[in-house]
Amino acid sequence: MDRRALDRLVYGLVWLACFAPLLWLVWRGFNNELGANPIDKLIRELGVWGLRLLIVGLAITPAARLLRQPRLIRFRRTIGLFAFAYVLLHLTNYVVTDQWFDWAAIGKDILKRPFITVGMAAFVLLVPLAVTSTNWALRKLGPVRWRKLHRLTYLIVPLGVIHYLMLVKADHRPPLIYGAIVAVLLGWRVRDWARKRRAALA
Amino acid sequence: MLIRHGDDLTENDVTPQDVYLRRREFMSGLIGGGLAVATGAAASAQTATGLKGIASPYSTKETPTGRADITGYNNFYEFGLDKEDPARNAGSLKTSPWTVKIDGHCDKPGTYDIGDFLRGNPLQQRIYRLRCVEGWSMVIPWLGVPLADLLKKYEPTSKAKYVAFETLYRPSEMPGQRRAVLDWPYREGLRIDEAMHPLTIMAVGLYGESLPKQNGAPMRLVVPWKYGFKSIKSVVRISFVEKQPRTAWNDSAPREYGFYSNVNPTVDHPRWSQATERRIGEFRRRETLMFNGYGERVAGMYRGLDLKKNF
Repeated sequence: MDRRALDRLVYGLVWLACFAPLLWLVWRGFNNELGANPIDKLIRELGVWGLRLLIVGLAITPAARLLRQPRLIRFRRTIGLFAFAYVLLHLTNYVVTDQWFDWAAIGKDILKRPFITVGMAAFVLLVPLAVTSTNWALRKLGPVRWRKLHRLTYLIVPLGVIHYLMLVKADHRPPLIYGAIVAVLLGWRVRDWARKRRAALA
Repeated sequence: MLIRHGDDLTENDVTPQDVYLRRREFMSGLIGGGLAVATGAAASAQTATGLKGIASPYSTKETPTGRADITGYNNFYEFGLDKEDPARNAGSLKTSPWTVKIDGHCDKPGTYDIGDFLRGNPLQQRIYRLRCVEGWSMVIPWLGVPLADLLKKYEPTSKAKYVAFETLYRPSEMPGQRRAVLDWPYREGLRIDEAMHPLTIMAVGLYGESLPKQNGAPMRLVVPWKYGFKSIKSVVRISFVEKQPRTAWNDSAPREYGFYSNVNPTVDHPRWSQATERRIGEFRRRETLMFNGYGERVAGMYRGLDLKKNF
């Protein structure tokens, strides 16, 4: 297999892996396998998958550096956009299937429920990143400004974890595990930044 | 301010208007309810664990939630944290033999076999709404006995101001207890008048069969005007006490789960609204009713009590 065909195959697999949770959810939905409260289940699952993909996206850069595989970076946009899609579906399901466009209740939720405030803030911050994901936007902004803007993920992903942590009733373990992974991934960046700075000063 | 208002509140102030206006409809529903029990009993006679119950005027005539949902979607942390966990894991629980310890301020304390504890009390069918604090609800055809009839036999004294309940603690059969998600054993409590209220029952069955383990076998409390977590499952201890007892969820998050935990659409959980609920099996959320729609019968017990403070 030549290199381009292999590339396309790997890319297709990544795409499929990102798409699979959604297909699986839709499949279970149509087969009545989402339990007694399918709306609640769907919203939760979409939210958790959105967070997982955001974390995977955050892991790409360190992985590319540590494994010396710079070409891994090319998956970052796909994964990020899929994360956005899951988060958007998560929010849409809250607005449509859960609240049925009860804007008064939704407005109250955003103002009065800290976990929804935090989740909404994370979503709002995620929108410009999705919008500027095209090659055209990258050119238009220029790489320096584009990179600066996309550092918002360092804020968005922790907000996502906090949103999850705040809504849990008793078992804080899953969001804490995600939080620990995010801490490691952000910690690596802080260390990397400090090292580069030291090198520059030396 | 609210305390000052307390004296001139009438029961009608507390009962939502629509419930109040439907009281005749509620009463006329009894005839239909009786019929449903007759057919239910005929159907259950065919099953090995079939139980029959006398129809009750306290039953709602709303359509009960499907059995699969009632027995497959449970919060019973002793068997795991996911809603599907109890149905999966509760099989390991041994419900026979089963004893209940009665202690505290009563003249006949002791440890009683469940058969003796329940003896002499005909089963009643009580079709009740159940409102979970998480914002979903069901309609459940319980079979049980008024708690008052059970408790009176032990002759509580005048010092018995509250009743405390405990769930079985047996980590070998209750895998969820191996992690300290809550301070085991699960504890609940009621004021004595709440415990003796005719709506309060000790349930031993649902849908014409003995109680499935994931629903709190062999016996559980059902207090339909309070959030579901007050209706403690797999009860092994009942204590008559003078002071308000500790309760599991109140211990775990006192700001979020009060001792009373009456269903109240105007007092939100700190993290989510309690104004609406999703009835399992329905698509659109519905309005939550004050005292879960039982205000006409229970609001009197809380006259003069600030329900915002005593949530």
